[in-house]
Amino acid sequence: MGLIEKFFALLEPQHWGVHPDDHKRPAADAPLRSLPLPERLYIPLQQHIGAAARPIVLVGQSVLKGQLLAEAQGATSAAIHASTSGTVAAIGDVTAPHPSGLPFAAITLAADGDDRWADTGTAVDPFALPPPEVARRVAAAGVVGLGGATFPSALKLGLGLKAEIHTLIINGGECEPYLSCDDRLMRDFATETVDGIRIMLHATGAKQALVGIEDNKPEAIAAMTAAAQGYSEIAIRPVPARYPMGSEKHLFSELTGTEVPADGRTTDLGALVHNVGTAWAVHEALRNNRPLVERIVTVNGGAVARPGNIRVPVGALVEDVLAFVGLREEPARLVMGGPMMGSLLPHRRVPVVKGSSGILALTAVEAAGFDPGPCIRCSSCVRACPVGLLPLEMSARIANGDLDGAVAFGLKDCIACGCCSFVCPSRIPLVHYFNHAKGELAAQGRAQLRNEAAKRLVAARAERLERDAREKAEVAARRKAERAAAKAAEAARSAAASSEATT
Amino acid sequence: MIAAILSLTLLGAVLGFGLGIAAKKFAVETDARVAEIAALMPGSNCGQCGFPGCAGAAAAIAEGSATVTVCPPGGKALAGALAAKLGISIDLSGVADAGPKIAAIAEEICIGCCRCVKECPTDAIVGAAKQIHAVMREACTGCGNCIDRCPTEAMKMEPVPVTLQHWVWPKPVVTEAEPSWA
Amino acid sequence: MISESASLAAAAPIASPHAHAGGRVSLVMLKVMAALAPATLFGFWLYGWPAIHLWLITVLFALLGEAFSLRVMGRRALPVLMDGSALLTGWLLALSLPPWAPWWIGATGGLFATIVAKQLFGGLGQNLFNPAMVARVALLISFPVAMTQWTAPLPLGSAGAPDFIHGLQITLGGLGAKSQLDAVSSATLLGHAKTELSRGLDLFHSLAGEHAPTLSPVGARAGSLGETSALLIAAGGIAMIFMGLISWHIPLAMLAAIAVPAAIGHAVDPARHLDAASHVLSGAAMLGAFFIATDYVTSPNTRTGQLVFGAGCGFLTWVIRTWGGYPEGVAFAVLLMNALTPAIDRLLKPRIYGRDRKGRPREPAP
Ligand code: SF4
Ligand code: SF4
Repeated sequence: MGLIEKFFALLEPQHWGVHPDDHKRPAADAPLRSLPLPERLYIPLQQHIGAAARPIVLVGQSVLKGQLLAEAQGATSAAIHASTSGTVAAIGDVTAPHPSGLPFAAITLAADGDDRWADTGTAVDPFALPPPEVARRVAAAGVVGLGGATFPSALKLGLGLKAEIHTLIINGGECEPYLSCDDRLMRDFATETVDGIRIMLHATGAKQALVGIEDNKPEAIAAMTAAAQGYSEIAIRPVPARYPMGSEKHLFSELTGTEVPADGRTTDLGALVHNVGTAWAVHEALRNNRPLVERIVTVNGGAVARPGNIRVPVGALVEDVLAFVGLREEPARLVMGGPMMGSLLPHRRVPVVKGSSGILALTAVEAAGFDPGPCIRCSSCVRACPVGLLPLEMSARIANGDLDGAVAFGLKDCIACGCCSFVCPSRIPLVHYFNHAKGELAAQGRAQLRNEAAKRLVAARAERLERDAREKAEVAARRKAERAAAKAAEAARSAAASSEATT
Repeated sequence: MIAAILSLTLLGAVLGFGLGIAAKKFAVETDARVAEIAALMPGSNCGQCGFPGCAGAAAAIAEGSATVTVCPPGGKALAGALAAKLGISIDLSGVADAGPKIAAIAEEICIGCCRCVKECPTDAIVGAAKQIHAVMREACTGCGNCIDRCPTEAMKMEPVPVTLQHWVWPKPVVTEAEPSWA
Repeated sequence: MISESASLAAAAPIASPHAHAGGRVSLVMLKVMAALAPATLFGFWLYGWPAIHLWLITVLFALLGEAFSLRVMGRRALPVLMDGSALLTGWLLALSLPPWAPWWIGATGGLFATIVAKQLFGGLGQNLFNPAMVARVALLISFPVAMTQWTAPLPLGSAGAPDFIHGLQITLGGLGAKSQLDAVSSATLLGHAKTELSRGLDLFHSLAGEHAPTLSPVGARAGSLGETSALLIAAGGIAMIFMGLISWHIPLAMLAAIAVPAAIGHAVDPARHLDAASHVLSGAAMLGAFFIATDYVTSPNTRTGQLVFGAGCGFLTWVIRTWGGYPEGVAFAVLLMNALTPAIDRLLKPRIYGRDRKGRPREPAP
């Protein structure tokens, strides 16, 4: 840090983020429950970042729990497994748990009620396996980041191996209000999670693991500390509860004191960040040969009668989950994920996916929808932004259609954490503006690529037509030449004949 | 008197020189602008705008003899992008646009005549004689040139379906706040 | 299949976050007014009915100006009026006027503040300059006499204080009605010091007696409503800091930037320069530091920018008070710094995570 930087840091300590009411209890303290097996499961083919998986089962085929339904295709993808035993009833579109309400492809499974596991082979000691083999098994189990980003975990492990990382950061921050699925996991499955962390250390070759847990979860910290006893390479690190502490880069900075350079990744600095849920899933995959077919989902919100954490098979409908916990009143908003970054659900008939950390049924008061007013330049958003952006300037430019102006103000660094909208007294939908602008820019980028491709195709066609024409001309010329030659020969012959005749 | 004449002459020379340079600079800028605009155009040279190809339309737009809404395949999206590039504001709400469209072939009635294949500026249609043709979605620019060529009317322009991957958040609609003190 | 059920959400999706800290613009304005209330009420008591009438008129005309502008633009006035910003603008303007000024001062000022200084710029959030201060300066330049006729405090209920009707006469009748009360006309501390200095009298002589600076903090001396009780204004301001409405940066920087040069000046030549305490505690320094300069719309966004802004306001205030043509300089200083706010905002952007101050990606730590 230069002298000037130090001076500014003194003037403006980075008091980033916000302290929302966490609403985590009583849901976090309620014992873990399991969702009764629904009759039908709708298992989407795309529950991860990257390409959708390719189905390898046929309609009508009967499958066992944990059987591979669709295999990963392409470099970035993840396998999908059956969450219960039953028959494949359909392969087709269902509504995605996405605000657009658009459909995506899913395999519909009619459960037979036995919930019988497929024979997934015998477990071996993961520490006896070479690291790439561990990553392969993690990939085969369809494990993706359970913190919400759903990046295929095996790829990340491989990335860690390649980048020669020294530190594994385990994200148990769970900074989103209302959510407690990671809290519950760490309380109830601390040993398994710690084992998963050890396997990940082995798989990446990292020397140490730092588990960051927000200090509003003392029980989880205690459980994890107890479980990590005897493993000196794993350190449990309580971090202050502040949103968005669970953001990969912010947790990294909190634990290491350094910043990830813009456009860079934590791996550039020798660290890899994984969610605690992912550690548990890795444990399940390696020790029990169990693919990722269920997860812990926090069901919470003012409209929920019995909030708490539920083990839900992937593909169960939100409707089923809500029916299980009961509703106290008609929710004003249904959200998948946390209230700060979660997405609005179009309706209840959408499936729970691997990345679903929570289902929130919020009352009108909680959702706090108000009509926006003009920006009063109070700079609350500037102080709240954990990235150091000027949300008011960016949104004003986007409102005027000046996307480039917003980019100049740092739009691309925005992590859509929602702190700015959360504090704005004018209730300006700042994140909505940013979502719109980012989407627009991406669409423009795609159009640009398309145009370039079209121009290449036009050029190729022009070349082809020219080549065709040239070839035709050549053929014609050759024929002409041949004809001329033949004629000449003929003429020569007849001339010779006539001369012969005359001599 | 002489001093005045001299100074005026000098002034004229300097200004003329300046203007000359400015004109040159400006000319360069126009070229650059035409190139920038051409980069935005679909580039299929379909000719629906009435200009000889996309480059011709780009030049016309740059010099102002064509409006930004001249390109039918580009639609509203292109018009908006062009207006932004030229720094002008236009009201696009009147421009009818059902979103981008691409060609699709009704396979049951395609007779495999190859006429559309010959027409496509980007070679987006594959097919050989007496075989059912198909449009490669990624390559079709939606120029619509093939539609009229089809003897059986198997060719249709269909809207590009919005998918999860391509969905874009709409711009927030701001309504006036209701009175409230709390 | 379950994709068929059409949904409202698809038509108008709502983006995250699905929670809010709870603030509202109207609430913010309400809290600022609450912080302003003690000093205002004290001022009412000190200057009696004419001050109350003037305050009402100013606020009323500020609201009328806002409503009028909105109606001209074809917008509904009520929802916007309810945000409280026009009321606050009128209030702040009223606090900066001579309490016994005639009604048309308040009326013109109120209209000017909301119509010209606010709505012509595009309404709440769009104005470059603080509307109350723009109106005050416009009044000062247009009506220098009415704007510099100060009265000595004549608390409500004390002997000779005008009653309701008489107060109305003073406010509506202007100078004529007031002339019967010649005895009470007075000058502010800063005005008095400036006049006497220009007459060649040094401060040791001019400040003896009724203009003793020590009376400033409690307000027992001539001035506008908002100038009289520096302590109550400061208390309201500090309450705003604790409520999280404003930060300490602008007020502290501004007061320090008045006090430090004043102290130096006083040390060098006490006969020509008032001491720091008098500077800070008199005139509109407190009101300016806590309520005027901290106006969200016209002050910078970042802490660093706010420090620069506050310091600029303070220093300019001192410069204008010391060398300028007017005894008081807060309004001019704030307006000058308002003009610089966009530049300050551009130069002192917050540092983006993972980037240096210039926006380049940071070098990875070795
Ligand atoms: S959403 Fe973006 S701009 Fe808003 S606080 Fe988060 S990072 Fe900053
Ligand atoms: S929080 Fe809202 S009102 Fe305040 S500056 Fe940011 S956008 Fe404007």
